[in-house]
Amino acid sequence: MADNIKKPEELAQIDFRPPRKLWTNPSIEFRKGTFNYAAVPEKAEYLGLPHVRKWQPMDDDWQIPDNWQEIIFEGMRERLDKYRSFRIFMDICVRCGACADKCHFFIGSGDPKNMPVLRAELLRSIYRKNFTLAGKIMGKIAGGRELTIDVLKEWFFYFFQCTECRRCSVFCPYGIDTAEITMMARELLNLIGLNIDWIVTPAANCFRTGNHLGIQPHGFKDSIDFAVDELEELTGVKVEAPINKKGAEILFVAPSADYFATPHYYTLLGYLALFHEIGLDYTWSSYASEGGNFGLFHSTDVMKRLNAKIYMEAKRLGVKWVLGGECGHMWRVLHQYMDTMNGPADFLEEPVSPITGTKFENTRSTKMVHIIEFVSDLIKNNKLKLDPSRNDHWNVTFHDSCNPARAMGLIEEPRYVIRNVCNNFHEMPENTIKEQTFCCGSGAGLGTDENLEMRLRGGFPKANAVKHVHEKHGVNILLCICAIDKATLPPLLEYWVPGVEVGGIHEMIGNALIMKGEKRTTDLRGTPFLGTAKGDDEGKESAEDV
Amino acid sequence: MGLIIALLAVALLILIATIGAGTLGLHYLFGIVIPYASLAVFLIGVVYRVIIWAKSPVPFRIPTTCGQQKSLPWIKSSKLEAPNSTLGVIGRMALEVLFFRTLFRNTKTLLAKGPKLGYSSEKFLWLAAMAFHWCLLVILLRHLRFFVEPVPSFVGLLQPLDGFFQVGLPIIYISNVLIALGLLFLLFRRLFDPKLRYISLAADYFPLFLILSIGTTGALMRYTSIKANLIPIKQLVTGLFGFQPVIPAGLDVMFFIHLFLVCALIAYIPFSKLMHMGGIFMSPTRNLANNSRIKRHINPWNPDVKLHTYEEYEDEFREVMKAAKMPLEKE
Repeated sequence: MADNIKKPEELAQIDFRPPRKLWTNPSIEFRKGTFNYAAVPEKAEYLGLPHVRKWQPMDDDWQIPDNWQEIIFEGMRERLDKYRSFRIFMDICVRCGACADKCHFFIGSGDPKNMPVLRAELLRSIYRKNFTLAGKIMGKIAGGRELTIDVLKEWFFYFFQCTECRRCSVFCPYGIDTAEITMMARELLNLIGLNIDWIVTPAANCFRTGNHLGIQPHGFKDSIDFAVDELEELTGVKVEAPINKKGAEILFVAPSADYFATPHYYTLLGYLALFHEIGLDYTWSSYASEGGNFGLFHSTDVMKRLNAKIYMEAKRLGVKWVLGGECGHMWRVLHQYMDTMNGPADFLEEPVSPITGTKFENTRSTKMVHIIEFVSDLIKNNKLKLDPSRNDHWNVTFHDSCNPARAMGLIEEPRYVIRNVCNNFHEMPENTIKEQTFCCGSGAGLGTDENLEMRLRGGFPKANAVKHVHEKHGVNILLCICAIDKATLPPLLEYWVPGVEVGGIHEMIGNALIMKGEKRTTDLRGTPFLGTAKGDDEGKESAEDV
Repeated sequence: MGLIIALLAVALLILIATIGAGTLGLHYLFGIVIPYASLAVFLIGVVYRVIIWAKSPVPFRIPTTCGQQKSLPWIKSSKLEAPNSTLGVIGRMALEVLFFRTLFRNTKTLLAKGPKLGYSSEKFLWLAAMAFHWCLLVILLRHLRFFVEPVPSFVGLLQPLDGFFQVGLPIIYISNVLIALGLLFLLFRRLFDPKLRYISLAADYFPLFLILSIGTTGALMRYTSIKANLIPIKQLVTGLFGFQPVIPAGLDVMFFIHLFLVCALIAYIPFSKLMHMGGIFMSPTRNLANNSRIKRHINPWNPDVKLHTYEEYEDEFREVMKAAKMPLEKE
């Protein structure tokens, strides 16, 4: 953790009173720890983004095109005509303030421009001045503002201080979704070359190599092979992990962090153990090895370009349907965008579980099933031998990731699975889970080291909820089904609530799963199971449904 | 700033009506021309705005799910919070439009020492919004007895219900009391909650003051000695609605002020946030079913984008893939 970060007690001194000064005249200070660095030119170039150059947000001169205002206005006009959401959300906000204290960045920073209503007003005021009759005639009185460089800097600062988590949209009486507004604003900023690196670089890497770190195909294969070896060491079972295998029944796509990062890695081990145990005929793909889609944080075009790989690869390999791993925003794209953008997937078949015969009717058009849906069905049909006591050293809580909860409604399935693989499960307070879940504070491309203070602030509400169950129930691991969560919650929890680990649900499944011929005494992290090591006989009873 | 502008604007409107219809006696202008003009602005304006909204397509299916999706048959899905059928969507919208479902969910965040965050239910905004909107409807319906002849029977039923408590003479309507309380709560909230005050624009205070003034002038005419002379008012209004406008004798200034403020309000609607009453029906996060994996949603402008094909990928990495013994399309 960087040394210049304040102590938790200091950072939690949050003043919710807005300043006396009006909000309409911005002056943004790009203070270290509160913003993200600009995109690296060669990566922006690789994606063919407009107006590529070397620059940084803290520079006085951002070297934007001379006609930047014209470009922005033209971009707004185009998007107002293309998105009803944008037009309606610009027009109907009554500033009732119901959203104000629902944003994790507002709660963690007290900065009034992090109230969703005001974040939207940053853009709405420009819209009113230039696109509405009242604003054109009455200007300021009608709530209009001129589009100045300072306003532009303010946009950059605050629209890259929104994680597109949609919590505000749950509370808005008109469903105004700040994620949608932020997406529009980020597209507009992109038009004049204002991008951040932790969006553009992963997007460019995914486009080229198939994963966000830019690791080449053989490196991907090494990672998977290494995991296979490690799983054998831990369990004594040698599993297969086919890559680019034509004619497999199922293509499996996970977020690439699962095979490069920790604690994601234990989830990967869980997937491998599970697929082996049920004898799934599946394949990984090195070309479409990233389900996570950083394009979502950039623009619909880049989102579509990255997402297209999944269907193209499914077609090339001739699989029947696609299974998707544990990831949050990846599932927003797969659930709400993929079929529209890159469908119809008429070359695939309606997903049927080869193990249980269950038809996944809720995916009959997209043909892509969430692995938690898939496993829920396996457990319900008693197809897995599970010994939840092997997770008794874990006191778990579950963090609903924003997108599965609010852009999909995947709420009960993960809980069902957890209850079958863990004996000690404690929910966080109700205002912090399910559709009201708080973001990790680092989503939508903001999970960088340079942005650490803002991340700690944005993650404060979630961490505080974890602290509650940590103190009350002794929770020592937070489970989640999102790669960004797994990457960014460990430092967050270490800061706010030390002593709580982060893991995936498939890690717990991997621990509880009794594999044929296994010899194991530890969980997937190498931690010994509680009590004596269990033999095959003890674990035969399968978990009961909850 | 916004507060003062809004106050001045409403004061100016009252002044215009007082001088115009009172001092100058421009009854024809204030009784016939302006009502027709404002009605025309309202109708054309609202239709225009809705057409503009409708012209922009809904490229993606983006409902905000506030409950369990429909997935496996044995998992109970939330038919109203994450609707997967049209019927569910209608139910969700009905709850939203009639009962302000979402506002009912409202919470308040509190930061205590520890640091410890707490969230308490905050229903006052919901209560005030319900009181205001429903009473506005009741009052509007009650006014039908001035507009049409014969008076519809349900209006006759509404009146004794609304005056159920039989307090005061003339009997005080419950709706009048509730709407005043609702409006004042909404106003005071804006003034005394620092966050609300910070975000409030003139356009937020103006409708509040305008509606409060309309209510006040109406109440003055009903409950005080400035009692309105109902017979000419009804003649005027039925004339307007029957497109046979007449200016009867005996109309008071207070009535003209009341009428002028109403005209200002309805003409203001299409240019303002008051369009939320139409917008809610068209909000894509609320009015779409959560069935995007079941039924393909079509984007009419789905763009052609530059893709990175598997062939290009294999061309770039063939050597390393070969060395790693990975399957290839072309050796």
